[in-house]
Amino acid sequence: MRKLIHTAVVCGLVFYMTSFLSINETHAQVAVCGEVVYTMSGSPLQNGIVLIRKNKIEQVGLAAQVSIPGDYKVMSAKVVTPGLIDAHSVVGLSGIYNQAHDQDQLEKSSAIQPELRALDAYNPREKLVEWIRNLGVTTVHTGPAPGALASGQTIIVKTVGGTVNEALLDSIGMVAFTLGQTVGENFRSPGTRSKGVAMIRAEFVKAQDYALKRKAKDPDKRPTRDLELETLLRVLNGQVKALFTVNKATEIMSALRLAKEFKFDLVLDGAAEAYLAMNEIKAAGVPVIIHPTMVRTYGDTRNASFETAQQLEKAGIPIALQSGYEDYVPKTRVVLYEAAIAAANRLPYEKALGAITIDAARIIGVDKRVGSLEQGKDADVVLFDGDPFEYTTHVCGVIVNGSVVSETCK
Amino acid sequence: MIRQKLFTSVFFLLFALSAIALVSAQEKPYIFRGGTIYPIEGDSIRNGSLVVHHGKIIAVGNAESIAAPPGAVSFDVTGKVIMPGLVDTHSHIGGGDGADQSAALQPEIRILDAIDVRSDTFKKALAGGITTVNVMPGSGYLMSGQTAYLKLRRANSINDMLLCTDPITDICGGMKMANGTNSIRNAPFPGTRAKSAAMVRQLFVKAQDYRARVQAAGGNPEKLPKRELDMEALVQVLEGKRTVHFHTHRHDDILTVLRLSKEFGFRVVLHHVSEGWKIAKEIAEAGAPCSIIVLDSPGGKLEAVDIRYENGAILEKAGITVAYHTDDWITDSRLFLRSAALGVRAGMSRQKALEAVTLAGAKILGLDSRVGSLKPGKDADFVILSGHPLSVYAHVEETWIEGTKVFDRSNPEDRKYSVGGYEVFRGDAADDSDKEGAE
Repeated sequence: MRKLIHTAVVCGLVFYMTSFLSINETHAQVAVCGEVVYTMSGSPLQNGIVLIRKNKIEQVGLAAQVSIPGDYKVMSAKVVTPGLIDAHSVVGLSGIYNQAHDQDQLEKSSAIQPELRALDAYNPREKLVEWIRNLGVTTVHTGPAPGALASGQTIIVKTVGGTVNEALLDSIGMVAFTLGQTVGENFRSPGTRSKGVAMIRAEFVKAQDYALKRKAKDPDKRPTRDLELETLLRVLNGQVKALFTVNKATEIMSALRLAKEFKFDLVLDGAAEAYLAMNEIKAAGVPVIIHPTMVRTYGDTRNASFETAQQLEKAGIPIALQSGYEDYVPKTRVVLYEAAIAAANRLPYEKALGAITIDAARIIGVDKRVGSLEQGKDADVVLFDGDPFEYTTHVCGVIVNGSVVSETCK
Repeated sequence: MIRQKLFTSVFFLLFALSAIALVSAQEKPYIFRGGTIYPIEGDSIRNGSLVVHHGKIIAVGNAESIAAPPGAVSFDVTGKVIMPGLVDTHSHIGGGDGADQSAALQPEIRILDAIDVRSDTFKKALAGGITTVNVMPGSGYLMSGQTAYLKLRRANSINDMLLCTDPITDICGGMKMANGTNSIRNAPFPGTRAKSAAMVRQLFVKAQDYRARVQAAGGNPEKLPKRELDMEALVQVLEGKRTVHFHTHRHDDILTVLRLSKEFGFRVVLHHVSEGWKIAKEIAEAGAPCSIIVLDSPGGKLEAVDIRYENGAILEKAGITVAYHTDDWITDSRLFLRSAALGVRAGMSRQKALEAVTLAGAKILGLDSRVGSLKPGKDADFVILSGHPLSVYAHVEETWIEGTKVFDRSNPEDRKYSVGGYEVFRGDAADDSDKEGAE
């Protein structure tokens, strides 16, 4: 308790001293004081401070050990976490209005088009990007919606920026694939699960063949560049991961079989029936970006369970959570809420936080930059006025790349 | 032949026994002691006692002030929370469908003729603590039919669930109407908002005329106009005996509803009311209660772009009766309490938010003399929770209806409906036609 008072006094005093000095300054220098700071790299700090300088985290430590320079803007909160990461979304491609002009999440002209880039469709000014940012989401792995065998390339963005370049963290996140009922609904072929897998296999074989021909000694015998096959080659060469949206156990097994045959890096997505294939997923060493915990229980996700996250975590399978894709309402889910329901359904508290911070960062390959509060990482921080998972708690501050982008409680 | 007779009589005997079991349910009084009780009417009670007998609430109060009735079965609920069974004023559970594509206005349709009482969606609702529900036909119609007010009792037929006595003679629900974009479609549906209102007005004018002819007959069967099912239902609406449940989102559409309600004098509940916060004053002046929804994010359709978490708080401050609804499958019945909690997050008072999933809903459905709060004389419909009703960590542990336990999370057969999993839900509750109808 004494420690708590100490922090409050230190933060309060510094705030008083600096509040009228730095009104018009950019907030490149910020000190965030938290009664609890979940750094996600080690135990939570009771009375911790995160110092931010420019766009990076300068120092993280206990209030007793960190001194706040006089010219820093001071912000205080009950709970402080890293900026939240949504491990799979369509935000920025599937817009709030749900009208033809703002629905860029799925191209239906052909079932296999991995060359499509989310980069060329992402709208950083989309209102739903702002919506999730105000609720603490600072990094999003976004791209095409599930529904085509190969629907395109995802990107990883920060939820700020006026252009895609300003938002970009990684221009090719993964290449997205889907197996399941939704593919059959969107295209005349494949009409069956077997056909879908056969079509993907044929395309990978084509890419292997293309690779050989591109290496021909005689330049005239080399085929012209093929963007589709180039993309698949990047998957085969291990440069880009394959994100397979698969919900039924049958489809999960198909994805694992494909990854084994073509030796690509697989990330399972959705995976509503993953609890039926945990041994196989674990043996393959494949991480799972689980469907939104509150996903509707019909169609491909009919057998979804609130406890899948807990079961996979317990089995030692790396997991992350996601907002996923909704074609109606809510037009975007909020990954914080999805983690909350997982936490309420036996996923250990810090694992639930991990699934939307550091563990998500690892699975989407950006953990050197984001996902935890550590010196040198991007200054993405969220301030809460209580337990982040409680419905009645507010997000009272969001910092992205060192800039305070929200200070009102949402 | 004899064998068949024997079989038949055994069957009838079983039937008679089960009927007796239904009537004499809960012969012994039950007392639930030690928990925190949210009676909704009145302050919360720490270390409270709830006594129920013959399906009714006998006493609610502090444990020390309430003695166990003789022969009472005692349940220790120390550390738990008891609140009234939740009332969901707008849901699509039960797998029923209402009007078909043949016309935009079909007041003669009854959803009670289409409900599957064995639907797993009812189990889902019980897992969420819902005990009373207004099951509605869809919103893709100006008037999609008569809704059904149900108790989620264990049921073999729809009669076991109804809150009315006789579905052939009684009014067993409200009337579902809609305006805005859902009901604007190709002919015979309206193509514009103005046409939508005109079609509704024309039908009500016709109903006024029918009603006048019935009144003129003065009870003389010779002079009565021939029975018209659609007109009969609308006369009930005109006479204020059947409440209109009106799906409406945009501020101008909401005002159209209030205008129609004023012109024809029908009792109306505004549903969804996404932009209600923009015209709270007008809604309050009209005295129309609101049944609202919370969505995790705005949008998904143009009419819902301006939906706000703050809607409940703003309507509450204007003095309007506010209930939440699930609109299941739009939101999940298992998480109905979450709607109230998100209302509190955005400024609603805790008291009114809890009322919004209980008593306010009961009032809106005209059932508050029976359900919605824990008050002696009311039905013994209640929920036992593991924690505070507005906490994400609180689970519905038991749901009771009229003194009978209808959901028990400690029983794996019930628990699966809380959690989901392999082959738990048939997943047929949301086909595309439902989708068009909902929200």
